[in-house]
Amino acid sequence: MKTLFERSVSGRRCSILPACDVPACAPEQTREKQLRLPELSETDISRHYTELAKQTFGVNDGFYPLGSCTMKYNPKINETAAGLPGFTDVHPTQDDAQGSMELLAEAEKKLCEITGMDAMTFQPAAGAHGELTGLMLIKRYHELHGNTERNVIIVPDSAHGTNPASSAMCGFKVVNIPSAPDGCVDLEKLKEACGSDTAGLMLTNPNTLGIFDKNIKEITRIVHDAGGLCYYDGANLNAVMGIVRPGDMGFDCIHLNLHKSFSTPHGGGGPGSGPVGCKSFLEPYLPDAKIVCENGKYAWQARGEESIGAMRSFHGNFLVVVKAFTYLTMLGREGVPEVARNAVLNANYLKHLLEGTYETATEGTCMHEFVLTLESLKKENGVSAMDIAKALQDCGIHPPTMYFPLNVHEALMVEPTETESKETLDNAAKAFLDVYAKALEDPEYMHHTPYNSPISRPDEVTAARHPVLRCQIDD
Amino acid sequence: MGSYIPSTSAQREEMLKEAGFETIDDLYRDIPDDLKVRGGLQLPEGCSELETDRIMRSLARKNVVYDSVFRGAGAYRHYIPAIVKSVVSKEEFVTAYTPYQAEISQGVLQSIFEYQTMICELTGMDVSNASVYDGATAAAEAVSMCRTPKKTKVLVSEAVHPDVLKVIRTYCWAAGDEVVTVPVCDGKTAVPDFSDPAVSCIYLQQPNFFGVIEDAKEIGAAAHEAGVKMILGMDPFAMCLLPSPAEYGADIAVGEGQPLGMPLSYGGPYLGFMAASEKMMRKLPGRIVGRTADDQGRTAYVLTLQAREQHIRREKASSNICSNEALCALTAAVYLSAMGPEGMKEAASQCYAKAHYLASELEKAGLKRRYSSDFFCEFVTECSDPEGLNAKLAEKGILGGLPVDGGILWCVTEMNTKAEMDLLVKEAAAV
Repeated sequence: MKTLFERSVSGRRCSILPACDVPACAPEQTREKQLRLPELSETDISRHYTELAKQTFGVNDGFYPLGSCTMKYNPKINETAAGLPGFTDVHPTQDDAQGSMELLAEAEKKLCEITGMDAMTFQPAAGAHGELTGLMLIKRYHELHGNTERNVIIVPDSAHGTNPASSAMCGFKVVNIPSAPDGCVDLEKLKEACGSDTAGLMLTNPNTLGIFDKNIKEITRIVHDAGGLCYYDGANLNAVMGIVRPGDMGFDCIHLNLHKSFSTPHGGGGPGSGPVGCKSFLEPYLPDAKIVCENGKYAWQARGEESIGAMRSFHGNFLVVVKAFTYLTMLGREGVPEVARNAVLNANYLKHLLEGTYETATEGTCMHEFVLTLESLKKENGVSAMDIAKALQDCGIHPPTMYFPLNVHEALMVEPTETESKETLDNAAKAFLDVYAKALEDPEYMHHTPYNSPISRPDEVTAARHPVLRCQIDD
Repeated sequence: MGSYIPSTSAQREEMLKEAGFETIDDLYRDIPDDLKVRGGLQLPEGCSELETDRIMRSLARKNVVYDSVFRGAGAYRHYIPAIVKSVVSKEEFVTAYTPYQAEISQGVLQSIFEYQTMICELTGMDVSNASVYDGATAAAEAVSMCRTPKKTKVLVSEAVHPDVLKVIRTYCWAAGDEVVTVPVCDGKTAVPDFSDPAVSCIYLQQPNFFGVIEDAKEIGAAAHEAGVKMILGMDPFAMCLLPSPAEYGADIAVGEGQPLGMPLSYGGPYLGFMAASEKMMRKLPGRIVGRTADDQGRTAYVLTLQAREQHIRREKASSNICSNEALCALTAAVYLSAMGPEGMKEAASQCYAKAHYLASELEKAGLKRRYSSDFFCEFVTECSDPEGLNAKLAEKGILGGLPVDGGILWCVTEMNTKAEMDLLVKEAAAV
């Protein structure tokens, strides 16, 4: 379809601003090049984006079992709350924003209770941003304890790519350790990797294969004994929140993805929110100021010299925190573990329906997600994980995460979440099985899926080799 | 208790049995018992939607909302056309994930492609990414684009937003870079000494934190002569009136995109925009959307140049960024479409004209402007009692400027009417 620039008609405009009510004047320095933005009516804009919305698949369009991303339904009351003028029309430097400060202070208490942490910052704007913040806490800790030789972060090979990337941005060397076949940490390999250069370990539990690592206390003990700290990647918290807490597993700091477990929408790739929690011994290093409450009045209090500084302007993606807080208010003490139990139930139920046809990467009970491997189908019929994923689009299902984790060949990672009903899972299982049957019967058909989407598979190689990254505009 | 679990308890029971479990707790039999939370979480009971709505409204009411705002300092109140909220509330855009599956994400991909084009047009730069978290992190990411093994020093003007300086310092500390600040004279950044070969770049803000228009062209030319890159953090409205970052000679243009249709929101979500010269394209962090074709030759949009990114390159990636601010980028694109080139220029001119009106009226009332150079929509005046004046203004429903050591940093946009400004001046004169 046409771009906004192709729809543009010279001289067309919306009526937005009144005439200026003070004398006109102009600066000395002026722009030379003409400003070329699309010239459109409100009708043009409305129709353009309605059409684009139709070519976008969201959680509201159907089942979205995108592993590791926790694409649960995003409750509308969250949006209503975050749209209240009392939250949207408040300047970040207002000291009479008592409601905002109270909300952040209460959200900190709730999330610390859920994670077993002592303090939290809401400044990080996404999960990876939280990782970077947490690693900086570890760096600061070692720096202030004279541990100058501790410059290695240990990361399992099944970890999200953001873990090693965040470590590198923080000036750490990354040591990848291979996982045991069930994706759990190989204790011997961990012991070998730990030493006088260990700054810390980054881990998610359950891991990216959807398995809860039952040796977790042993793992964190090994790292602590070696003088390192333990970082918990909260990407998979949805499986265990209210059941078990990272703080009790022995982790020193964590990040949460409010846009995963806490139901705030992904927005097509943000805004998210990645609050970082820590045990009290790391609290002085947290970024941003701290909220204090005296005689019922909230205020921001600067942290001391030991703080790492600031990760973002002001206090983070506040409205995202409002949404997560709304969700937590709805759920309460019973609702939080209820979410986890049903996320795990849905995953095990769907896995059960697919087993026998699809090969799973691990045996036994999974947590909130499970990983399929299409390795033998690929070998025998030439049909890949990608082919299966694209065929699922034709069934009205958003494909699972493809080719992740890296330690499973032809991987499809399926995370149904708790907000899907039995009927949705039954229908999805039928679609998965039909697609598999089609793959055995007609591999050629599979290579050209999807057939019903707005486009078929795009040529990504040309896109990267000859990048076209903006519309061409005719003057 | 509120719940978003659709399966009935009978269905859950059935699913449990079918999957081979006796009780729901069996799902967690692999977790050692001594690790499990005992006695439940110490949280309040869950609420119904109506109760939740009441709680949230009562919290929102505890914030003071001002009819009239004369404060900027990194967060700006501009008019947001109604079409903006209508478009960005569409569920497809709100609830989609990052567009990895291009075939069913053409809408969000095309919207980012259009956003990238608009950022290129505003800044005059060649390439834009799909956004980063905010203006401060955009500045810090831009600094790391300039780093080389031998160039690990960064110059930052003292006249940049204090939060931006803090974020740059924090990122540089982690990466092992040194930050050197450049002094300010009469509210303007002095042309620094670029002779140290370890200097990789200079970060400059236009207009700067005090609202003053910097001699960015001069500083850019001096930097380039010494082989130093210039990163310009610029207000998007200022770009419509003043020279664009490209015209100032920027190698990388960044900034806070919040003024483009995002409410103040107590600080976020905001939008970090980033654009660079073609030479630096492959160093840009985060998502970039490109145009290609599908196998039937139809126009198709995809995430591209992914060899820079963390999910492919892991520890060798140009940045760790994954989720960015896609919905805010969409907001900016809808906003810019509604305003159009004429609307943007008109808004920018009104910001400038109104700020100059207020400055001259305040001067007559005895609040002298602190710096002599020209300014855009913010300026600092002396004031013997900033807190006192702001308290008086608050009674009239006006949020006064930000107190800055012995003065006030005022901000005026197209939202502020002459009548509001005259009322403000009357109050100021009486203090």
